Amino acid sequence: MGGPQLSSPGATDADALVRSVALDVPRSLRSRARRSDLAFRAGTQGASTIVLVIMTLVGLFLLLQGFKALSAAGLSFFTTQAWEPNSGTFGIAAVLPGTIFIAITAITVAVPLATGTALYISEYAPRRLKQLLITVVDLMAAIPSVVYGLWGLFLLQPNILPFSQWIATYFSWMPVFAVTGFSPSDPLASPTIFTASTFIAGLVVAMMVSPITCSIMREVFTQAPLGEREGALALGATRWGMIRRVVLPFGRGGMIGGTMLGLGRALGETIAVYLIISPVFNIQPQILQKGANSISALIALRYSEASPFEISGLMAAGLALFVMTLIVNFGASTIISRSRSGASSEG
Amino acid sequence: MTILTERVAHGKTTTVIVPGDAPTTPEVRRSVGVIRRTDMYSLVGSAAASIALTTWLFTQLRVFQGALGFVAVAFLLFLSIYSAVVRFDETDLAVRDRIVAVLVHAVAFVLPLVLVIVVVYTFGRGTDALSHLNFFTHDMSQTGPLDPITSGGIIHAAVGTLIMITMALAISIPLGIASAVFLSEFPGRFSRLVRTVVEAMTALPSIVAGLFVYATIILTLGFERSGFAASLAITVMMLPIIIRSADVVLRLVPGNLKEASLALGSTKWRTVWSVTLPTARSGLTTAVILGTARGIGETSPVLLTAGLTTYLNVNPFSGPMVSLPLATFSFVKSPEPSMISRGFGSAAVLMVLVLVLFLVARLIGGRGPGVLTERQRKRRTTQSRQDAYRFRARELGIAGPGTSRRRERRGRAHTAEPERSAS
Repeated sequence: MGGPQLSSPGATDADALVRSVALDVPRSLRSRARRSDLAFRAGTQGASTIVLVIMTLVGLFLLLQGFKALSAAGLSFFTTQAWEPNSGTFGIAAVLPGTIFIAITAITVAVPLATGTALYISEYAPRRLKQLLITVVDLMAAIPSVVYGLWGLFLLQPNILPFSQWIATYFSWMPVFAVTGFSPSDPLASPTIFTASTFIAGLVVAMMVSPITCSIMREVFTQAPLGEREGALALGATRWGMIRRVVLPFGRGGMIGGTMLGLGRALGETIAVYLIISPVFNIQPQILQKGANSISALIALRYSEASPFEISGLMAAGLALFVMTLIVNFGASTIISRSRSGASSEG
Repeated sequence: MTILTERVAHGKTTTVIVPGDAPTTPEVRRSVGVIRRTDMYSLVGSAAASIALTTWLFTQLRVFQGALGFVAVAFLLFLSIYSAVVRFDETDLAVRDRIVAVLVHAVAFVLPLVLVIVVVYTFGRGTDALSHLNFFTHDMSQTGPLDPITSGGIIHAAVGTLIMITMALAISIPLGIASAVFLSEFPGRFSRLVRTVVEAMTALPSIVAGLFVYATIILTLGFERSGFAASLAITVMMLPIIIRSADVVLRLVPGNLKEASLALGSTKWRTVWSVTLPTARSGLTTAVILGTARGIGETSPVLLTAGLTTYLNVNPFSGPMVSLPLATFSFVKSPEPSMISRGFGSAAVLMVLVLVLFLVARLIGGRGPGVLTERQRKRRTTQSRQDAYRFRARELGIAGPGTSRRRERRGRAHTAEPERSAS
C-alpha cells in the first residue's frame, strides 16, 4: 500500500530517489477486523453486557425495593431496635450490631488461627506436609456452611458450655463477658443460659473464614524475598527473629487484606448462624449470653410470612449488609493488590 | 603434607594432597539439621512433666474439669515448663524462638483437626441413615416425622441438587467464560466497568442473591417457587465467582504465546480459540469446579426460592423442588432423632459430592497454564510431526498420508506451519 514509484520514463536515478523519498509516507497500520473477529467481539461483549445488566439489576432492585421501606421509616431505620414492619416500628439498630459482634468474634478467633497455620505452612512445615496442609485448608474452605452449622449445633455447642461458664466465672468483670442472671456460686445454675450465643455462632463462623484468611496469608508469606530471609538468618537471627523482621513486615498487606476478606465472608454468613442463634431484637453486646441476631438470619427468619412492605424492609436490611460487605471487600482487594508485586506473566 | 590416596582411573593416576595429619578414621558427614539431642530431651521432659502436673491438678485438687480444660491447662503448663528448661542453656532470644515455634505448631494443628472432626462427626452421625438403601432410593412423601429410618430417603433432594446445579452451570459457564474472555482480550473503559461491578458482586451475601430472585421472579413476576428460580439464585451468586477466577487464569496465559499467534497472521478469534483457551484449560476447569462446589453447598438462596417439598419433582419449572443442603437444614430443625440422622446422612452425601468435585479440581488444576500431561505432550508431538510431513509432501507435490478435506482445511488454519517446514 502506498509504495513509492521507483521508475518513470525519462527521469534520472537521482530524480527517482528524491521522488521516492518524498512519497515515502508512513504506512497506515490500521487493520480491518475480519468478520469472525467482529462477531467474536460482539459475542463476548454481549455476554459481559448481560452480566453487567444482571449485576446492576441486583443492586438497583435492592435499592429501589429497599427505598420504599427506607423512606417510610426515615432515619429511625438506623435507630430502631424492634422489627415490626407492619406496625411501622422497625429498624436495624439491633441486627446490624449483632452481625458485627458475630463477625468480630469470628475474626478474633480466626486471625490467630489463620496466621499460625499460614506461618507453619510457609516457614516450618516439611515439604511433603506442606502440600497436604494446603489441600486441607483449601478443602475446609469448600465445605458447605450447613455442614459447619450441624457441627456447631450438635457437637460444639454442648462441649463448649463449660468453657463459656469458666470465662463467665472468672472474666465477668469485663462487660463483654458478663452474663446477666448467672452467679458462679449457684451450684444449680443451668448452663442453658450460655447456649445459642454470639460466642458460639462466632466460633463456627471462625472455622469457616479462617481457611480463606489463611490461604491469602500463606500466599503472601511465601512471597517474602529469599535474599532477605537468608540475610537475616546469616546475620544470626533465630527463625522467629527472621519471621518477625522479614516475613511479617513483608506480608502485612496480605495479612490485613486476608483478614478483611474473612470479615466480609463472616458478615454475610447465614445458615450456620441461623441454626445456632436464638434471635433477639435488642443490642446484645454480652457475647456469652443466650440470644444473638444478624441481618442474614433475620432475612432467613422472616421472608416467608412477610407482607410486601416487610419484604421491602428486609431488602433495605439486605442492602445495608451488602454495602457493608462491599466496603470491606473493596478495602481488602485494594490492600492485597497493593501488597503484591505486579509481575506480568511472560512465558 | 601427606599423600592421602592414589586413585587409578582410566589408566591415569590422581594424587590428592591433604594438608595436616592423615585422619585415622573415615570422614563423617556433619549434620546440619537444626534438631539436637538436648532439644528432644527438653521437649519430651517438659511434656511429661506438664501432663503429670495436670493430671495431679485434675484428679487430686479438682480445680478444673472437662477434657477441653485438661488440654488447655496442660498446654499452658507445658509452655512455662519448657521455657524454664530451655532457659538453662540458651539465651533469651533462643527461648523466645522456641516458644513461638511451639505455639505455631500447636495452632497449625487446630484447622486440620477441625476438618477431621467435622468430616468424621458428620459421617458418624449419618451412618444410621447411610446404611439403609432406601435412604438413596426413596423420597420423603410417604414418611411422617415419627417414622423410623427404614422408610423415606433423599432421592428428591439429590435429584433436585443435580437439576439445579446443571441449570445454573448451563447459564453461568457460557456467560462467565465469554465475559472473562472479553475482560482479558478487549481491555477498555467498558471492560473496566464490568470488572469493577463483578468484583463488587463477589461481596454479595448469598442470602441477598436469594432475596433478589424471590422479590423479582416470585413476588413481582408472579412465578411460583421452583427449581428454576433456585438455579437463577445460584447463578447470580456463582457468576461473579467464576468470572473473577477465570479472569485471573486467563491473564496468566503468557503474552508472547498470544503475540506469536497474532504475528503469524491468525485472527483474534482464532488466537483465543486455539491458543488462549487451550492454554488456560486446566485453570478454567478449576475455576468452574470450585464455583460449582460453592453453588452446590449454598443453602440460603435455595431456601428463599425453591420452596420445600417431600415429593420427587423432576420438572424445574413447576412446583417446589428441594436440594441437599436445604433438605439437611429442614431435617435437623425437627426434634425427632430419625429426622436428625437423616439430616446428617444428607449432609454426608453433600460432603461426598463436594469432596469429589474438589479432588477432580485438584487433579485437573494442579498444573500451570500450558503445562501438559505426558499423554498430551505425546499427542501434540505426533500431530506436529504429521503436520510437518504433510507440508513437506505438499511442497513436493505428492499426496501425503491422510490428506482429507478436513485436514487440508485445518492445515490452512494453522498458517504458522508452512514457513517453519520450509526453513
